[in-house]
Amino acid sequence: MSQIAPFPGTSREFITLTVDGQLFGVPVLQVQDVLRNQHVTRIPLAPARIAGAMNLRGRMATAVDVRTRLGLKPAPDVSKQTAVVVDFEGELYGLLVDGVGEVLALPATSIGPNPPTLAPIWREISNGVIRLDAELMIVLDIARLLLGGEAEAA
Amino acid sequence: MDDIVAEFLTETTENLGELDQDLVRLEQTPNDPDLLSKIFRIMHTIKGTCGFLGLPRLEGIAHVAENVLGRFRNHEIEVTPSGISAILQAVDSIKTILTGLAETGSEPVGDDRALIAGLEAAAAGDASAPVSAHATEAELDALMAADTAPATPAIEDEPVETEAAIEAAIEAPILAVSPANDAGTAPAATGSSAAQKSIRVNVDLLENLMTTVSELVLTRNQLLQLQRSQRESGFGSALQRLNQVVSELQDGVMKTRMQPIGGAWGQLPRIIRDLSRDLNKKIVLDMRGAETELDRQVLELIKDPLTHMIRNSADHGIERPEQRVAAGKPETGRIGLNAFHQGGHIIIEISDDGRGLDIERIKAKVLANGLASEAELANLSDHQIQQFIFRAGFSTAEAVTAVSGRGVGMDVVRTNVERIGGTIELQSTRGKGSTFTIKIPLTLAIVSALIVETAGQRYAIPQLSVVELVRICEGTTSAHRIESINGAPVLRLRDRLLPLVGLDEVLRITRSAAAQPNNERFILVTQVGNQAFGIIVDRVFDTEEIVVKPVGRMLRDVAVFSGNTILGDGSVVMIIDPNGIAAQAGDIGMSESKAETDAAAAAAAVAAQDRVSVVLFRAGPGAPKAVALSAVERLEEISPALVEQVGDQAVLQYRDSLMPLVPFGGVYPDPTQRRQPVLVFADQGRCIGLCVEEIIDVVETPMELRLGSREAGIIGSIIVNGKATDFVDVAHYLAAGAACHTALAGKAPLAASDRPFRLQEAA
Repeated sequence: MSQIAPFPGTSREFITLTVDGQLFGVPVLQVQDVLRNQHVTRIPLAPARIAGAMNLRGRMATAVDVRTRLGLKPAPDVSKQTAVVVDFEGELYGLLVDGVGEVLALPATSIGPNPPTLAPIWREISNGVIRLDAELMIVLDIARLLLGGEAEAA
Repeated sequence: MDDIVAEFLTETTENLGELDQDLVRLEQTPNDPDLLSKIFRIMHTIKGTCGFLGLPRLEGIAHVAENVLGRFRNHEIEVTPSGISAILQAVDSIKTILTGLAETGSEPVGDDRALIAGLEAAAAGDASAPVSAHATEAELDALMAADTAPATPAIEDEPVETEAAIEAAIEAPILAVSPANDAGTAPAATGSSAAQKSIRVNVDLLENLMTTVSELVLTRNQLLQLQRSQRESGFGSALQRLNQVVSELQDGVMKTRMQPIGGAWGQLPRIIRDLSRDLNKKIVLDMRGAETELDRQVLELIKDPLTHMIRNSADHGIERPEQRVAAGKPETGRIGLNAFHQGGHIIIEISDDGRGLDIERIKAKVLANGLASEAELANLSDHQIQQFIFRAGFSTAEAVTAVSGRGVGMDVVRTNVERIGGTIELQSTRGKGSTFTIKIPLTLAIVSALIVETAGQRYAIPQLSVVELVRICEGTTSAHRIESINGAPVLRLRDRLLPLVGLDEVLRITRSAAAQPNNERFILVTQVGNQAFGIIVDRVFDTEEIVVKPVGRMLRDVAVFSGNTILGDGSVVMIIDPNGIAAQAGDIGMSESKAETDAAAAAAAVAAQDRVSVVLFRAGPGAPKAVALSAVERLEEISPALVEQVGDQAVLQYRDSLMPLVPFGGVYPDPTQRRQPVLVFADQGRCIGLCVEEIIDVVETPMELRLGSREAGIIGSIIVNGKATDFVDVAHYLAAGAACHTALAGKAPLAASDRPFRLQEAA
């Protein structure tokens, strides 16, 4: 994977993560923690995209099933997923993803607009697409991922 | 801001809170020299400190107020309501100036000349001085002056006591952080030893301490759990000791957060006094149990609801003096406030001897606001109708007064009380008064919870909400077993039938093959409002002290959970809220409770008179038929020409919706006839019409089933006017009609009628 040299002042750092084979990027400053093998307590009656609650060193975090949120099939084994912990408006959320890659520093200018053909659910949570050498990375909008539409697989 | 000024602000604000209460008390007992001296001393302190700090406005007001008080004390003038009013106004002005001082660090600009003139007039003993804007002041004063006969100075041997003696007298036991109680520790206080037994502690510091202790408790629980699994660890005795110390620490820290509930009541006497003047009513406020202690967090949260309810009682509850006299009650209304401990809860009762709730007005309001239909109301007991005042969008005050009825109604009170895990109940008798009972937990920080399991998942339920625990062993001859009525599980518990809900069903958990329930199950008997019900779970573990953590924002809508917590083993469990369970189980929450109370009411009615009103009608061959009048919504005569067909179902446009017409005994609407009698039944807001040949009469008759019946739709025979009459099973026909409704509206069919008559028959 290409490591683009940092551009002072204009670069942004992303943590890459994969969901169902697709590469996503989350601004590194928004991420508090990356945890594996977390026990997630299921919450009955909660919206489908909520995978449950988890204990984060004594603090409570709401686990969000990113696959379900994106209208994808739920992961075959939730316990194999990785939780990317973000702080949003004072509350902790654990985004359950298939895998976490590396930290990339990319120039802010490299973010391109969403292709118009992108599905509405994906367009909603995407802040743009970065063209890496080997693949495309979608910049995740955390706020809209957490609060946005009820795009849930029934 | 200057430290000294900040200190002055804290002290003075606390002292002023006390002054309000004391002044109202003084008005009632003008001869109390101790009280007068105390008030005088507080005002004197304020004046002195203001002069020292260079706050001329405050000093000016405090000075004249002190003059008035000084003349009261020396019996140069009498304690009159108008004099007290003048001083209360001075207190208000001082408060306003203090607020400005706190915000800007300097005295706000203002003109106190009118106030000072009023006070000076009061000091001169001029009772008619225009110190207040109240139009009716003079006449009220006259009334009140008559009540509080002038003092006879002769009975007071020592009107002026030594400062030290007074100090000692008011230096009651002082709590560390109790603003209501430590007014005696003013800076001017003599260096008595009592004053040094309490210190001022910043509230934030206490909060932090509490949080730390909470975490410590959790860590201890974790250690204890570990130790249980490895008995030979050698940490046993040390852990035991730690356990004990932590428990003591927890108790101690909890106690520092405890405050007498009187702190939240402080401003109430003043409110009642002002209200009674504004409203031209005579009201006494009887406060008991002010020393009852509860967590300051809880205290803060119930302060506003309490004030609101007291205002309500004074405004809506208590009648005007002439109305009271006409109703044969004492002229002066009484509002009672009573607080006491009861098994881990604080009970606060707010009662008045006023007019009580007007059922008819509530009904009218409910209908006007569309909260329920007429048919639904007809089904409800008076007590249930009263509960509507807690619903959002309800306010009985016809006119919005300055006092209450601003749309912030009892629903807000209930929400606030329930937010802290409390409940509120209402008892009201027309003409006799109302009593509200608030039940709130002692503390919110740490609760003792029962850990239960259903379908392999663990949940916590606050122990306080579990009334009792029943163990069920299926397939054995155990005393308890789960029975079912029409698929709804119930439990015979002593002399009552307890409705049950499966926790797994409420939470809609699908059980995997591995998580099938075994023979042994448990029932948590809980009480929500007046309704008791049981929650079925698979297993019950032990109790654990848990720290309640709020659920995330995305989960706020899930009402069955009041929070979540981390257990000793580090796992996260959800905390079940029985109120939410009752609401989620809906049918249980409302209709079962209705059924139960209605059944009880119906049974009582039968026991009392054993007579019911029945509608007699003729339909089909055989004996006349009878149906309980209480079950009938309306008797209608319709025009058969208006009957339409939907599929194979006859329907009628009735009150803006379609009413299915069910034939009784083969009576179909005959288009050749001009009129078709119909009995209209209502069930859950939907109407069903029963076509009959002729409605004969409505009669009162002994309700005594003589013969059972095998015929569907007939319960049995009764004797009416000396003739055998078939008693009709309304539920049977409702079910037939409901099927149509289902077909029409795609709604779930109703299982049975919730009419009292049917239940009465079951009882």
